[in-house]
Amino acid sequence: MKILVVEDDRDTATYLTKGLSESGYIVDCAGDGREGLFLASSGGYDAMVLDRMLPSMDGLSLLGALRAAEIRTPALILSALGSVDDRVKGLRAGGDDYLVKPFAFSELLARLEALLRRGAGPTTATKLRVADLELDLLTRNVRRAGKAIEVLPREFRLLEYLMRNAGHVVTRTMLLEHVWDYHFDPQTNVIDVHISRLRQKIDKSFQHALLHTVRGAGYCLRAPE
Amino acid sequence: MAIGVLRNIRRLIGTHAFRLAALYFLVFAASVLGVLLFVYWTSADFVERQTEATLDAEITGLAEQYAQRGLSGLIQIVAARSAGDRGDAMIYLVTDPDGKPLAGNIAAWPAGVPIHSAWLSFALERVVDGRPELHPARGRLFVIPGGYRLLVGRDVSDGAAFRGQVRATLLWAGLIALGMGVIGGTVMSRNLLRRVEQVNRTSERVMAGNLSDRVPLRGTSDEFDQLAANLNRMLDQIERLMTAMREVTDDVAHDLKTPLSRLRTRLERALVAPSEASSAAGSAQNEAIRAAIEEADRLLATFNALLRIAELESGARHDQTEPLDLSEVARSAAELYEPVAEEKGFTLKVLAETGVRIRGDRHLLSQALANLLDNAIKYAGGGALELRVFSENGQAVLEVADRGPGIPEADRQSVFDRFVRLEPSRTTPGNGLGLSLVRAIAHRHGGSVTLDDNDPGLRIRLKFSMLPT
Repeated sequence: MKILVVEDDRDTATYLTKGLSESGYIVDCAGDGREGLFLASSGGYDAMVLDRMLPSMDGLSLLGALRAAEIRTPALILSALGSVDDRVKGLRAGGDDYLVKPFAFSELLARLEALLRRGAGPTTATKLRVADLELDLLTRNVRRAGKAIEVLPREFRLLEYLMRNAGHVVTRTMLLEHVWDYHFDPQTNVIDVHISRLRQKIDKSFQHALLHTVRGAGYCLRAPE
Repeated sequence: MAIGVLRNIRRLIGTHAFRLAALYFLVFAASVLGVLLFVYWTSADFVERQTEATLDAEITGLAEQYAQRGLSGLIQIVAARSAGDRGDAMIYLVTDPDGKPLAGNIAAWPAGVPIHSAWLSFALERVVDGRPELHPARGRLFVIPGGYRLLVGRDVSDGAAFRGQVRATLLWAGLIALGMGVIGGTVMSRNLLRRVEQVNRTSERVMAGNLSDRVPLRGTSDEFDQLAANLNRMLDQIERLMTAMREVTDDVAHDLKTPLSRLRTRLERALVAPSEASSAAGSAQNEAIRAAIEEADRLLATFNALLRIAELESGARHDQTEPLDLSEVARSAAELYEPVAEEKGFTLKVLAETGVRIRGDRHLLSQALANLLDNAIKYAGGGALELRVFSENGQAVLEVADRGPGIPEADRQSVFDRFVRLEPSRTTPGNGLGLSLVRAIAHRHGGSVTLDDNDPGLRIRLKFSMLPT
């Protein structure tokens, strides 16, 4: 997988390049908007991480130019501007996700992976399966090892999101954004309680736990090894 | 329907335009009335005064005749003047002390006419075209020594008809003038008020965040144009300041957040790999770094909240508003908070009327509500926690009511200020910006926030203007 990082702050760029390489990606880095546009339009990248404020050409113009040229490489916008309004502008300009600085590297990685999976094309399956846990999108039934599990509508959406990203870390912010459409972090850790309730339902009376907490990052639903 | 018309009329009466038109009309009506009265007096009364002057002259003449020629001479002259219709409608009558006519052109002393007053108004029976008619008459009595009486009068029915004509003409003239006054007043005040209205509408749009809007000029350089030009200059200055502030805010956000971001990433990088962290030293070091990262996150959260409040209060934010149902915002927030509330010993209940709709930004309203729920969960300790949505006096109300210790009345204003926290020890995590943000969000929506006693507990109400259902 090839990732393009367009970031003018050298420290952040080094950090991103290093972190992404360690996570197994091939990384190219551009220090300003023009170079970024040149690389992005010539390169065949699987995804790009784009700073919003760049010298010579800002991130949104770069993205606009790329999208106008029919280059659909998934883009994660990084920005110091955090209001919903700026977010909306970023996404309208053609960004696929928006992350406010500063961010935890694990958050960036989780979101980037989600973008890469989305790039692989939408799944048309009506059933999601992780080990013996099964979720039927049509009948809205959840079963584990053949046993029906009662879930509330919001728990269903939470579980669906976790299962669609099975095997990968999803952060609390990602859950808030995708399951609740809340684009800010509440001071109370509301997500943890939702997760522990879900865990009660899908893990408690079974031998192997599927829903794991990843310290300092978020949660991960994965099949036991 | 009738109520609607009534309300429209009441609203019309309340406008300055209406009052101005009414005042204009009153002044106009008073002057028209004055002019008409003057015209009436000079025209209608002129005839009367002339009649009186004629009668005076006549009676003076006859009195002189009497003085020179005695009673018989007077009777002669009166008889001569009464002979034949001279077309001047004069009335003459001389009677003896018993009222028996001696000479004159009327048959008898007119009924009801006293014998002492100088000026007389009386009705005279006349036969016109073979039919008897009562004609108004005006006359003067001259009592001759010895009890003889001389009455000189004049049939004033022509004068009365003239007076009626003048009255009718003036009435019509008055009505037309007043009608034109109403139209003129309305048009004049409308024109005036339209320009005030333009200023009004522009300032409303500017306050709603459209900073580049300006009052249109007519190019007449009258007072209104000067006012508009001054307002526009003021708006230019405000826009410049706002833009400068926004630029500063953005720069600060970028310039401070980038190094903070770097600090955070360096700390994250410094975390020892899990394989090495199994040693006691490695694990202790990791704990210290994690604590530092959390501290950096808190610092950034405070910083973000401050920027957010500044941005909301400056009105520089672009509008993302849409018509929305407050009960949906409340239900979605309650859905998110219900598990954590239950875990902390609260019973979270939503009591929402449907159809309480406002124009707003769902994300901002959700954030305000989340802040209020965060606060309640942090400070109220447990018990019933109610989220209500209802309409009151045409306003949409979003209420969060808890059963905690509440806030003393003296502190209910200051808690909205930045960094104000009532807990002296500051042990509960938080930055003291939650309510400031709530207030900024309420103001951004043209609404208000109030804190009240919930007997016991705290009741916070956000009020917004409601959309018609």
